[in-house]
Amino acid sequence: MTTSTFTPAPGGARLSRMVLAQSRMEARLMLRNGEQLLLAIVIPVIVLVGGVAAADRIGIDLDGHRAVDILAPGVLALAVMSTAFTSVAIATGFERRYGVIKLLGSSPLPRSGLLLGKVLALLNVVALQLVVLVAVGLALGWEPTLAHPPRSLVALTLAVCLGTAAFAALGLFVAGVLRAEATLALANLVYLLLMAGGGVVLPTSTYGAASSLIAWLPSGALGEAVRAALVDASIDGRSLLVLAGWAVVGAVLTARTFRWE
Amino acid sequence: MSTATPAVSVDGLVMRYGDKLAVDGLSLEVARGSITAVLGPNGAGKTTTLETCEGYRVPQQGTVRVLGLDPQRDRAALLPRIGVMLQSGGAWSGVRALEMLEHMASLHAHPLDTTMLSERLGLGDCGRTPYRRLSGGQQQRLGLAIALVGRPELVFVDEPTAGMDPQARRTTWELLEEIRGDGVTVVLTTHHMDEAEHLADRIHIVDRGRVITSGTPGELTRDGRTATIRLVVNRPFPDGAPESLRAELGPDTEVRQLDEVSMLIHGPADSMTLGRVSRWCEEHDVLPQTLNLGQRTLEDVFLELTGRELAS
Repeated sequence: MTTSTFTPAPGGARLSRMVLAQSRMEARLMLRNGEQLLLAIVIPVIVLVGGVAAADRIGIDLDGHRAVDILAPGVLALAVMSTAFTSVAIATGFERRYGVIKLLGSSPLPRSGLLLGKVLALLNVVALQLVVLVAVGLALGWEPTLAHPPRSLVALTLAVCLGTAAFAALGLFVAGVLRAEATLALANLVYLLLMAGGGVVLPTSTYGAASSLIAWLPSGALGEAVRAALVDASIDGRSLLVLAGWAVVGAVLTARTFRWE
Repeated sequence: MSTATPAVSVDGLVMRYGDKLAVDGLSLEVARGSITAVLGPNGAGKTTTLETCEGYRVPQQGTVRVLGLDPQRDRAALLPRIGVMLQSGGAWSGVRALEMLEHMASLHAHPLDTTMLSERLGLGDCGRTPYRRLSGGQQQRLGLAIALVGRPELVFVDEPTAGMDPQARRTTWELLEEIRGDGVTVVLTTHHMDEAEHLADRIHIVDRGRVITSGTPGELTRDGRTATIRLVVNRPFPDGAPESLRAELGPDTEVRQLDEVSMLIHGPADSMTLGRVSRWCEEHDVLPQTLNLGQRTLEDVFLELTGRELAS
Protein backbone atom coordinates (compact mmCIF):
# COMPACT_ATOMS: atom_id res chain seq x y z
CA MET A 1 0.00 0.00 0.00
CA THR A 2 1.37 3.39 -0.85
CA THR A 3 0.36 6.18 1.43
CA SER A 4 1.22 9.79 0.98
CA THR A 5 2.71 11.84 3.74
CA PHE A 6 -0.50 13.22 5.17
CA THR A 7 -2.86 10.29 4.57
CA PRO A 8 -5.11 10.29 7.64
CA ALA A 9 -4.25 7.82 10.41
CA PRO A 10 -5.95 9.39 13.38
CA GLY A 11 -6.04 8.11 16.94
CA GLY A 12 -5.06 9.03 20.46
CA ALA A 13 -2.08 7.53 22.25
CA ARG A 14 -2.72 5.25 25.25
CA LEU A 15 -3.97 7.24 28.23
CA SER A 16 -0.99 6.26 30.39
CA ARG A 17 1.39 7.45 27.68
CA MET A 18 -0.44 10.76 27.30
CA VAL A 19 -0.48 11.37 31.06
CA LEU A 20 3.23 10.61 31.38
CA ALA A 21 4.06 12.87 28.43
CA GLN A 22 1.99 15.67 29.95
CA SER A 23 3.57 15.31 33.40
CA ARG A 24 7.10 15.23 31.96
CA MET A 25 6.37 18.34 29.92
CA GLU A 26 4.93 20.25 32.88
CA ALA A 27 7.72 19.24 35.25
CA ARG A 28 10.32 20.29 32.67
CA LEU A 29 8.69 23.67 32.15
CA MET A 30 8.40 24.23 35.91
CA LEU A 31 12.08 23.49 36.45
CA ARG A 32 13.11 25.60 33.47
CA ASN A 33 11.29 28.69 34.68
CA GLY A 34 13.60 30.91 36.73
CA GLU A 35 10.93 32.42 38.97
CA GLN A 36 9.47 29.02 39.74
CA LEU A 37 12.92 27.68 40.60
CA LEU A 38 13.44 30.66 42.87
CA LEU A 39 10.28 29.75 44.74
CA ALA A 40 10.92 26.03 44.71
CA ILE A 41 14.55 25.87 45.80
CA VAL A 42 16.32 29.19 46.28
CA ILE A 43 13.99 30.84 48.78
CA PRO A 44 13.63 27.73 50.98
CA VAL A 45 17.43 27.28 51.04
CA ILE A 46 17.93 30.94 51.96
CA VAL A 47 15.33 30.69 54.71
CA LEU A 48 16.96 27.55 56.10
CA VAL A 49 20.58 28.74 55.94
CA GLY A 50 19.72 32.26 57.08
CA GLY A 51 17.43 31.06 59.87
CA VAL A 52 19.98 28.63 61.25
CA ALA A 53 22.79 31.19 61.06
CA ALA A 54 20.68 33.84 62.78
CA ALA A 55 19.54 31.47 65.51
CA ASP A 56 23.13 30.36 66.12
CA ARG A 57 24.35 33.92 66.42
CA ILE A 58 21.61 34.95 68.82
CA GLY A 59 21.95 31.63 70.57
CA ILE A 60 18.26 30.83 70.80
CA ASP A 61 16.63 27.48 70.69
CA LEU A 62 13.05 26.66 69.79
CA ASP A 63 10.82 24.65 72.13
CA GLY A 64 13.94 23.19 73.67
CA HIS A 65 15.25 21.99 70.29
CA ARG A 66 18.18 23.19 68.26
CA ALA A 67 17.06 25.73 65.67
CA VAL A 68 18.09 23.57 62.70
CA ASP A 69 15.98 20.63 63.92
CA ILE A 70 12.87 22.82 63.91
CA LEU A 71 13.67 24.93 60.86
CA ALA A 72 14.58 22.07 58.52
CA PRO A 73 11.12 20.39 58.71
CA GLY A 74 9.52 23.84 58.47
CA VAL A 75 11.40 24.57 55.27
CA LEU A 76 10.32 21.23 53.78
CA ALA A 77 6.72 22.30 54.45
CA LEU A 78 7.45 25.71 52.89
CA ALA A 79 8.78 24.03 49.76
CA VAL A 80 5.63 21.93 49.39
CA MET A 81 3.48 25.04 49.80
CA SER A 82 5.49 27.08 47.27
CA THR A 83 5.22 24.48 44.54
CA ALA A 84 1.75 23.12 45.18
CA PHE A 85 0.13 26.51 45.67
CA THR A 86 2.12 29.35 44.15
CA SER A 87 3.74 27.57 41.21
CA VAL A 88 0.61 25.64 40.29
CA ALA A 89 -1.57 28.75 40.48
CA ILE A 90 0.78 30.87 38.37
CA ALA A 91 1.49 28.16 35.80
CA THR A 92 -2.18 27.30 35.39
CA GLY A 93 -3.19 30.95 35.23
CA PHE A 94 -0.84 31.54 32.33
CA GLU A 95 -1.82 28.27 30.66
CA ARG A 96 -5.37 29.61 30.55
CA ARG A 97 -4.18 32.99 29.30
CA TYR A 98 -1.98 31.57 26.53
CA GLY A 99 -4.63 29.14 25.33
CA VAL A 100 -2.57 26.07 26.26
CA ILE A 101 -5.48 24.48 28.08
CA LYS A 102 -7.73 25.35 25.15
CA LEU A 103 -5.41 23.71 22.63
CA LEU A 104 -5.01 20.62 24.81
CA GLY A 105 -8.81 20.58 25.00
CA SER A 106 -8.90 19.76 21.29
CA SER A 107 -6.26 17.02 21.62
CA PRO A 108 -6.93 13.39 22.53
CA LEU A 109 -5.78 14.10 26.12
CA PRO A 110 -8.93 14.18 28.25
CA ARG A 111 -9.29 16.75 31.02
CA SER A 112 -8.93 14.08 33.69
CA GLY A 113 -5.64 13.10 32.03
CA LEU A 114 -4.50 16.71 32.04
CA LEU A 115 -5.25 16.99 35.76
CA LEU A 116 -3.49 13.69 36.50
CA GLY A 117 -0.47 14.84 34.50
CA LYS A 118 -0.36 18.03 36.55
CA VAL A 119 -0.50 16.10 39.82
CA LEU A 120 2.33 13.77 38.74
CA ALA A 121 4.48 16.70 37.60
CA LEU A 122 3.83 18.41 40.90
CA LEU A 123 4.76 15.36 42.97
CA ASN A 124 7.95 14.95 40.95
CA VAL A 125 9.02 18.52 41.54
CA VAL A 126 8.13 18.28 45.25
CA ALA A 127 10.20 15.09 45.57
CA LEU A 128 13.15 16.82 43.93
CA GLN A 129 12.82 19.81 46.27
CA LEU A 130 12.72 17.55 49.32
CA VAL A 131 15.89 15.75 48.23
CA VAL A 132 17.78 19.03 47.80
CA LEU A 133 16.48 20.57 51.02
CA VAL A 134 17.08 17.47 53.13
CA ALA A 135 20.67 17.43 51.85
CA VAL A 136 21.13 21.12 52.71
CA GLY A 137 19.57 20.52 56.15
CA LEU A 138 21.84 17.57 56.90
CA ALA A 139 24.85 19.61 55.80
CA LEU A 140 23.83 22.25 58.34
CA GLY A 141 23.81 19.66 61.10
CA TRP A 142 20.12 18.73 61.11
CA GLU A 143 19.40 15.56 63.07
CA PRO A 144 15.86 14.36 62.40
CA THR A 145 14.46 12.14 65.12
CA LEU A 146 15.28 8.46 64.78
CA ALA A 147 12.89 7.41 67.54
CA HIS A 148 10.63 5.48 65.17
CA PRO A 149 11.77 5.83 61.54
CA PRO A 150 8.85 3.90 59.93
CA ARG A 151 6.32 6.06 61.74
CA SER A 152 8.22 9.22 60.79
CA LEU A 153 8.21 8.15 57.18
CA VAL A 154 4.47 7.40 57.14
CA ALA A 155 3.72 10.67 58.90
CA LEU A 156 5.90 12.64 56.49
CA THR A 157 4.38 10.98 53.42
CA LEU A 158 0.85 11.68 54.66
CA ALA A 159 1.72 15.28 55.46
CA VAL A 160 3.38 15.92 52.09
CA CYS A 161 0.59 14.24 50.07
CA LEU A 162 -2.29 15.88 51.92
CA GLY A 163 -0.46 19.22 51.98
CA THR A 164 0.16 19.00 48.25
CA ALA A 165 -3.48 18.12 47.61
CA ALA A 166 -4.79 20.96 49.79
CA PHE A 167 -2.53 23.64 48.33
CA ALA A 168 -2.86 22.46 44.74
CA ALA A 169 -6.65 22.49 44.99
CA LEU A 170 -6.53 26.04 46.39
CA GLY A 171 -3.99 27.10 43.74
CA LEU A 172 -6.18 25.77 40.93
CA PHE A 173 -9.17 27.56 42.44
CA VAL A 174 -7.34 30.90 42.33
CA ALA A 175 -6.02 30.25 38.81
CA GLY A 176 -9.44 29.23 37.55
CA VAL A 177 -11.31 32.37 38.56
CA LEU A 178 -8.80 35.21 38.30
CA ARG A 179 -6.93 36.67 35.37
CA ALA A 180 -3.32 35.51 34.98
CA GLU A 181 -1.79 38.75 36.34
CA ALA A 182 -4.11 38.81 39.33
CA THR A 183 -3.30 35.16 40.01
CA LEU A 184 0.42 35.94 39.86
CA ALA A 185 0.06 38.78 42.34
CA LEU A 186 -2.26 36.99 44.74
CA ALA A 187 -0.36 33.69 44.72
CA ASN A 188 2.90 35.46 45.56
CA LEU A 189 1.27 37.64 48.22
CA VAL A 190 -0.40 34.69 49.93
CA TYR A 191 2.88 32.78 49.81
CA LEU A 192 4.76 35.64 51.51
CA LEU A 193 2.08 36.15 54.15
CA LEU A 194 1.91 32.46 54.96
CA MET A 195 5.68 32.12 55.00
CA ALA A 196 5.93 34.97 57.50
CA GLY A 197 2.85 34.39 59.60
CA GLY A 198 1.28 31.09 58.60
CA GLY A 199 3.02 28.67 60.93
CA VAL A 200 4.95 26.93 58.15
CA VAL A 201 8.58 27.63 58.95
CA LEU A 202 8.12 28.34 62.66
CA PRO A 203 5.88 26.29 64.94
CA THR A 204 2.39 27.71 65.46
CA SER A 205 3.15 27.82 69.19
CA THR A 206 5.58 30.69 68.54
CA TYR A 207 2.73 32.95 67.42
CA GLY A 208 1.29 33.51 70.92
CA ALA A 209 -2.40 34.36 71.02
CA ALA A 210 -2.84 33.73 67.28
CA SER A 211 -1.46 30.21 67.48
CA SER A 212 -4.76 28.35 67.74
CA LEU A 213 -6.12 30.23 64.70
CA ILE A 214 -2.95 29.60 62.68
CA ALA A 215 -3.17 25.86 63.37
CA TRP A 216 -6.38 25.85 61.31
CA LEU A 217 -4.67 27.36 58.27
CA PRO A 218 -3.41 24.86 55.68
CA SER A 219 0.07 26.34 56.14
CA GLY A 220 0.05 25.87 59.92
CA ALA A 221 -1.40 22.38 59.63
CA LEU A 222 1.22 21.35 57.06
CA GLY A 223 4.07 22.79 59.14
CA GLU A 224 2.86 21.08 62.30
CA ALA A 225 2.33 17.72 60.56
CA VAL A 226 5.84 17.74 59.06
CA ARG A 227 7.41 18.80 62.36
CA ALA A 228 5.47 16.08 64.21
CA ALA A 229 6.90 13.53 61.77
CA LEU A 230 10.51 14.66 61.91
CA VAL A 231 10.85 16.12 65.42
CA ASP A 232 8.65 13.80 67.50
CA ALA A 233 8.21 10.78 65.20
CA SER A 234 4.47 11.14 65.66
CA ILE A 235 1.45 11.35 63.38
CA ASP A 236 -0.39 14.64 63.96
CA GLY A 237 -3.90 13.42 63.19
CA ARG A 238 -5.56 16.76 63.83
CA SER A 239 -3.32 18.63 61.38
CA LEU A 240 -3.73 15.93 58.75
CA LEU A 241 -7.52 16.23 59.09
CA VAL A 242 -7.27 19.99 58.70
CA LEU A 243 -5.27 19.50 55.50
CA ALA A 244 -7.78 16.95 54.18
CA GLY A 245 -10.56 19.44 54.94
CA TRP A 246 -8.81 22.18 52.95
CA ALA A 247 -8.23 19.75 50.09
CA VAL A 248 -11.96 19.01 49.93
CA VAL A 249 -12.90 22.70 50.17
CA GLY A 250 -10.39 23.58 47.45
CA ALA A 251 -11.49 20.76 45.17
CA VAL A 252 -15.18 21.66 45.49
CA LEU A 253 -14.50 25.36 44.86
CA THR A 254 -12.33 24.51 41.86
CA ALA A 255 -14.84 22.08 40.38
CA ARG A 256 -17.61 24.69 40.73
CA THR A 257 -15.76 27.68 39.36
CA PHE A 258 -12.87 26.61 37.12
CA ARG A 259 -13.05 27.98 33.58
CA TRP A 260 -10.83 26.22 31.07
CA GLU A 261 -10.33 29.34 28.97
CA MET B 1 -19.18 5.34 8.73
CA SER B 2 -20.18 6.11 5.19
CA THR B 3 -18.08 8.60 3.28
CA ALA B 4 -21.31 10.09 2.02
CA THR B 5 -21.80 11.72 5.43
CA PRO B 6 -20.56 15.28 5.13
CA ALA B 7 -17.39 16.04 7.07
CA VAL B 8 -19.20 18.89 8.77
CA SER B 9 -22.85 19.77 8.86
CA VAL B 10 -24.16 22.77 10.73
CA ASP B 11 -27.89 23.35 10.71
CA GLY B 12 -29.60 26.44 12.08
CA LEU B 13 -26.86 27.27 14.59
CA VAL B 14 -27.65 30.15 16.94
CA MET B 15 -25.07 31.49 19.39
CA ARG B 16 -25.51 34.51 21.58
CA TYR B 17 -23.06 36.23 23.96
CA GLY B 18 -25.18 38.23 26.33
CA ASP B 19 -27.20 40.59 24.14
CA LYS B 20 -25.01 40.09 21.12
CA LEU B 21 -26.14 37.63 18.49
CA ALA B 22 -22.88 36.12 17.19
CA VAL B 23 -24.37 33.37 15.03
CA ASP B 24 -27.88 33.79 13.67
CA GLY B 25 -29.26 30.57 12.24
CA LEU B 26 -26.16 29.58 10.32
CA SER B 27 -26.24 26.45 8.14
CA LEU B 28 -23.46 24.97 6.05
CA GLU B 29 -22.02 21.67 4.89
CA VAL B 30 -18.48 20.61 4.17
CA ALA B 31 -17.80 17.75 1.76
CA ARG B 32 -15.12 15.21 2.64
CA GLY B 33 -11.75 15.69 1.00
CA SER B 34 -12.41 19.32 0.14
CA ILE B 35 -11.00 22.64 1.19
CA THR B 36 -13.90 24.76 2.34
CA ALA B 37 -13.49 28.41 3.17
CA VAL B 38 -15.72 30.30 5.55
CA LEU B 39 -15.19 33.84 4.36
CA GLY B 40 -16.41 36.96 6.03
CA PRO B 41 -15.43 40.14 7.85
CA ASN B 42 -14.17 40.10 11.43
CA GLY B 43 -17.03 39.56 13.84
CA ALA B 44 -19.16 37.70 11.29
CA GLY B 45 -19.37 34.61 13.51
CA LYS B 46 -16.73 32.48 11.78
CA THR B 47 -14.67 31.62 14.85
CA THR B 48 -17.72 30.95 17.02
CA THR B 49 -19.04 28.53 14.41
CA LEU B 50 -15.68 26.76 14.19
CA GLU B 51 -15.39 26.53 17.97
CA THR B 52 -18.80 24.92 18.14
CA CYS B 53 -17.63 22.29 15.63
CA GLU B 54 -14.49 21.73 17.71
CA GLY B 55 -16.56 21.07 20.82
CA TYR B 56 -15.50 24.22 22.69
CA ARG B 57 -18.99 25.70 22.70
CA VAL B 58 -22.39 24.14 23.19
CA PRO B 59 -24.85 25.07 20.41
CA GLN B 60 -27.64 27.19 21.91
CA GLN B 61 -29.94 26.28 19.02
CA GLY B 62 -29.50 24.11 15.98
CA THR B 63 -27.39 21.03 15.42
CA VAL B 64 -23.75 20.49 14.62
CA ARG B 65 -22.30 17.21 13.36
CA VAL B 66 -18.64 16.63 12.65
CA LEU B 67 -17.63 13.38 10.91
CA GLY B 68 -21.16 12.31 11.76
CA LEU B 69 -20.56 12.81 15.49
CA ASP B 70 -21.92 15.25 18.04
CA PRO B 71 -18.95 17.36 19.21
CA GLN B 72 -20.40 17.49 22.73
CA ARG B 73 -21.75 14.00 23.33
CA ASP B 74 -19.13 12.15 21.28
CA ARG B 75 -16.23 14.39 22.25
CA ALA B 76 -13.83 11.58 23.21
CA ALA B 77 -14.40 9.75 19.91
CA LEU B 78 -14.20 12.88 17.79
CA LEU B 79 -11.16 14.72 19.16
CA PRO B 80 -8.51 12.19 18.07
CA ARG B 81 -9.84 12.42 14.50
CA ILE B 82 -9.64 16.20 14.08
CA GLY B 83 -6.82 18.72 14.10
CA VAL B 84 -7.33 22.25 15.36
CA MET B 85 -5.33 25.37 14.64
CA LEU B 86 -6.35 28.17 16.97
CA GLN B 87 -6.41 31.76 15.78
CA SER B 88 -3.59 32.53 18.20
CA GLY B 89 -1.65 31.11 21.11
CA GLY B 90 -1.96 27.58 22.37
CA ALA B 91 1.59 27.03 23.63
CA TRP B 92 3.45 27.68 26.86
CA SER B 93 5.57 30.81 26.60
CA GLY B 94 8.77 29.00 27.60
CA VAL B 95 8.33 25.88 25.50
CA ARG B 96 10.65 25.39 22.51
CA ALA B 97 8.98 25.15 19.12
CA LEU B 98 10.02 21.58 18.31
CA GLU B 99 9.47 20.46 21.91
CA MET B 100 5.86 21.66 21.71
CA LEU B 101 5.33 19.87 18.41
CA GLU B 102 6.85 16.66 19.80
CA HIS B 103 4.65 16.88 22.86
CA MET B 104 1.51 17.17 20.76
CA ALA B 105 2.76 14.29 18.59
CA SER B 106 3.17 12.11 21.70
CA LEU B 107 -0.57 12.44 22.41
CA HIS B 108 -1.38 10.62 19.14
CA ALA B 109 -1.16 7.00 18.08
CA HIS B 110 0.42 7.44 14.63
CA PRO B 111 1.89 10.94 14.52
CA LEU B 112 3.76 12.43 11.60
CA ASP B 113 7.53 12.72 11.76
CA THR B 114 8.04 16.02 13.58
CA THR B 115 11.36 16.82 11.90
CA MET B 116 9.85 16.41 8.45
CA LEU B 117 6.81 18.45 9.40
CA SER B 118 8.74 21.32 10.94
CA GLU B 119 11.02 21.47 7.91
CA ARG B 120 8.06 21.47 5.55
CA LEU B 121 6.71 24.47 7.43
CA GLY B 122 10.05 26.27 7.50
CA LEU B 123 10.43 25.84 11.25
CA GLY B 124 13.74 23.98 10.97
CA ASP B 125 15.77 27.01 12.07
CA CYS B 126 13.72 27.89 15.11
CA GLY B 127 13.15 24.44 16.63
CA ARG B 128 14.95 25.39 19.84
CA THR B 129 13.51 28.91 20.06
CA PRO B 130 11.11 29.49 22.96
CA TYR B 131 7.55 30.10 21.80
CA ARG B 132 7.46 33.67 23.10
CA ARG B 133 10.42 34.60 20.86
CA LEU B 134 8.90 33.20 17.65
CA SER B 135 7.59 35.74 15.15
CA GLY B 136 3.84 35.90 14.59
CA GLY B 137 4.22 34.01 11.33
CA GLN B 138 6.34 31.31 12.96
CA GLN B 139 3.76 30.88 15.72
CA GLN B 140 1.09 30.48 13.03
CA ARG B 141 3.14 27.84 11.21
CA LEU B 142 3.75 25.96 14.46
CA GLY B 143 0.01 26.10 15.10
CA LEU B 144 -0.62 24.54 11.71
CA ALA B 145 2.01 21.85 12.36
CA ILE B 146 0.28 21.04 15.66
CA ALA B 147 -3.06 20.72 13.87
CA LEU B 148 -1.57 18.25 11.38
CA VAL B 149 0.81 16.20 13.52
CA GLY B 150 -1.80 13.66 14.66
CA ARG B 151 -2.69 12.76 11.04
CA PRO B 152 -6.30 13.88 11.35
CA GLU B 153 -9.11 13.25 8.88
CA LEU B 154 -10.32 16.81 9.22
CA VAL B 155 -8.53 20.01 10.20
CA PHE B 156 -10.04 23.30 11.30
CA VAL B 157 -7.73 26.21 10.64
CA ASP B 158 -8.72 29.63 11.89
CA GLU B 159 -7.17 32.47 9.85
CA PRO B 160 -4.17 30.27 8.93
CA THR B 161 -2.05 32.92 7.22
CA ALA B 162 -2.70 35.93 9.46
CA GLY B 163 0.63 37.62 10.14
CA MET B 164 2.56 35.60 7.56
CA ASP B 165 4.82 37.12 4.95
CA PRO B 166 3.89 36.44 1.29
CA GLN B 167 6.32 33.56 0.96
CA ALA B 168 5.18 31.76 4.11
CA ARG B 169 1.63 32.34 2.94
CA ARG B 170 2.34 30.60 -0.36
CA THR B 171 4.09 27.70 1.40
CA THR B 172 1.08 27.32 3.67
CA TRP B 173 -1.32 27.32 0.74
CA GLU B 174 0.75 24.66 -1.01
CA LEU B 175 0.77 22.54 2.13
CA LEU B 176 -3.00 22.83 2.54
CA GLU B 177 -3.46 21.80 -1.10
CA GLU B 178 -1.14 18.84 -0.56
CA ILE B 179 -2.99 17.55 2.49
CA ARG B 180 -6.26 17.81 0.59
CA GLY B 181 -4.59 15.71 -2.12
CA ASP B 182 -3.79 13.12 0.55
CA GLY B 183 -7.43 12.95 1.62
CA VAL B 184 -7.62 15.37 4.53
CA THR B 185 -10.66 17.64 4.71
CA VAL B 186 -9.80 21.26 5.43
CA VAL B 187 -12.13 23.89 6.88
CA LEU B 188 -10.57 27.33 7.03
CA THR B 189 -11.83 30.71 8.04
CA THR B 190 -10.41 33.77 6.41
CA HIS B 191 -11.22 37.36 5.68
CA HIS B 192 -8.87 37.39 2.69
CA MET B 193 -10.78 36.94 -0.57
CA ASP B 194 -7.65 35.95 -2.44
CA GLU B 195 -7.02 33.14 0.04
CA ALA B 196 -10.53 31.78 -0.37
CA GLU B 197 -10.46 32.24 -4.13
CA HIS B 198 -7.08 30.53 -4.49
CA LEU B 199 -7.56 27.61 -2.11
CA ALA B 200 -11.17 26.73 -1.66
CA ASP B 201 -13.24 24.17 -3.51
CA ARG B 202 -16.26 25.72 -1.93
CA ILE B 203 -16.80 29.05 -0.23
CA HIS B 204 -19.42 30.03 2.30
CA ILE B 205 -19.64 33.80 2.64
CA VAL B 206 -20.73 34.69 6.14
CA ASP B 207 -22.01 38.03 7.35
CA ARG B 208 -23.65 38.91 10.66
CA GLY B 209 -23.91 35.30 11.76
CA ARG B 210 -25.47 33.91 8.58
CA VAL B 211 -24.29 32.30 5.38
CA ILE B 212 -25.31 34.82 2.73
CA THR B 213 -24.17 32.79 -0.23
CA SER B 214 -22.26 29.59 -1.03
CA GLY B 215 -20.61 28.15 -4.10
CA THR B 216 -17.38 27.36 -5.86
CA PRO B 217 -15.19 30.39 -6.56
CA GLY B 218 -16.22 30.10 -10.22
CA GLU B 219 -19.93 30.00 -9.45
CA LEU B 220 -19.70 32.96 -7.13
CA THR B 221 -17.84 35.21 -9.53
CA ARG B 222 -19.58 34.19 -12.78
CA ASP B 223 -22.57 35.98 -14.33
CA GLY B 224 -22.27 39.04 -12.21
CA ARG B 225 -24.65 41.90 -12.63
CA THR B 226 -21.85 44.30 -11.80
CA ALA B 227 -18.25 44.74 -12.76
CA THR B 228 -15.27 46.78 -11.77
CA ILE B 229 -13.97 49.08 -14.46
CA ARG B 230 -10.50 50.48 -14.13
CA LEU B 231 -9.92 53.76 -15.88
CA VAL B 232 -6.50 55.36 -16.32
CA VAL B 233 -6.17 58.57 -18.34
CA ASN B 234 -3.32 60.57 -19.89
CA ARG B 235 -3.50 63.63 -17.65
CA PRO B 236 -4.99 64.62 -14.29
CA PHE B 237 -8.76 64.58 -13.94
CA PRO B 238 -10.50 67.95 -13.54
CA ASP B 239 -11.85 68.81 -10.05
CA GLY B 240 -15.07 67.04 -9.15
CA ALA B 241 -14.45 64.31 -11.70
CA PRO B 242 -15.83 61.39 -9.64
CA GLU B 243 -19.10 63.23 -8.98
CA SER B 244 -19.58 64.26 -12.58
CA LEU B 245 -18.79 60.75 -13.82
CA ARG B 246 -21.29 59.25 -11.40
CA ALA B 247 -23.92 61.71 -12.62
CA GLU B 248 -23.21 60.51 -16.15
CA LEU B 249 -23.42 56.81 -15.24
CA GLY B 250 -26.47 56.83 -13.03
CA PRO B 251 -27.34 55.88 -9.44
CA ASP B 252 -26.30 52.17 -9.64
CA THR B 253 -22.68 53.16 -9.97
CA GLU B 254 -19.91 53.84 -7.53
CA VAL B 255 -16.87 55.83 -8.51
CA ARG B 256 -13.67 56.02 -6.52
CA GLN B 257 -10.71 58.09 -7.53
CA LEU B 258 -7.46 56.24 -6.78
CA ASP B 259 -5.00 58.96 -7.76
CA GLU B 260 -4.98 61.96 -10.08
CA VAL B 261 -5.11 59.85 -13.25
CA SER B 262 -6.98 56.68 -12.24
CA MET B 263 -10.42 55.70 -11.03
CA LEU B 264 -12.29 52.52 -10.13
CA ILE B 265 -15.86 52.32 -11.32
CA HIS B 266 -18.24 49.82 -9.86
CA GLY B 267 -21.33 49.44 -11.97
CA PRO B 268 -23.49 47.43 -14.34
CA ALA B 269 -21.41 45.09 -16.50
CA ASP B 270 -22.56 46.23 -19.93
CA SER B 271 -21.25 48.03 -22.98
CA MET B 272 -23.51 50.99 -22.32
CA THR B 273 -21.51 51.77 -19.19
CA LEU B 274 -18.25 51.53 -21.10
CA GLY B 275 -19.66 53.80 -23.80
CA ARG B 276 -20.70 56.39 -21.24
CA VAL B 277 -17.28 56.35 -19.57
CA SER B 278 -15.70 56.84 -22.96
CA ARG B 279 -18.04 59.74 -23.82
CA TRP B 280 -17.40 61.38 -20.44
CA CYS B 281 -13.64 61.25 -21.13
CA GLU B 282 -14.16 62.92 -24.50
CA GLU B 283 -16.27 65.67 -22.93
CA HIS B 284 -13.65 66.30 -20.25
CA ASP B 285 -10.76 66.27 -22.69
CA VAL B 286 -8.86 63.32 -21.16
CA LEU B 287 -7.70 60.31 -23.13
CA PRO B 288 -8.30 56.83 -21.67
CA GLN B 289 -5.09 54.83 -21.65
CA THR B 290 -6.64 51.93 -19.76
CA LEU B 291 -10.34 51.19 -19.82
CA ASN B 292 -10.55 47.74 -18.38
CA LEU B 293 -13.66 45.75 -17.52
CA GLY B 294 -12.40 43.61 -14.65
CA GLN B 295 -13.58 40.17 -13.69
CA ARG B 296 -16.03 40.05 -10.87
CA THR B 297 -14.32 39.32 -7.58
CA LEU B 298 -15.55 37.94 -4.27
CA GLU B 299 -15.26 41.51 -3.06
CA ASP B 300 -17.92 42.48 -5.61
CA VAL B 301 -20.10 39.57 -4.51
CA PHE B 302 -19.88 40.65 -0.91
CA LEU B 303 -20.55 44.28 -1.78
CA GLU B 304 -23.60 43.33 -3.84
CA LEU B 305 -25.08 41.19 -1.10
CA THR B 306 -24.40 43.43 1.87
CA GLY B 307 -23.83 46.92 0.49
CA ARG B 308 -20.58 46.95 2.46
CA GLU B 309 -16.98 46.19 1.68
CA LEU B 310 -15.38 43.02 2.95
CA ALA B 311 -12.03 44.60 3.72
CA SER B 312 -11.61 44.60 7.46
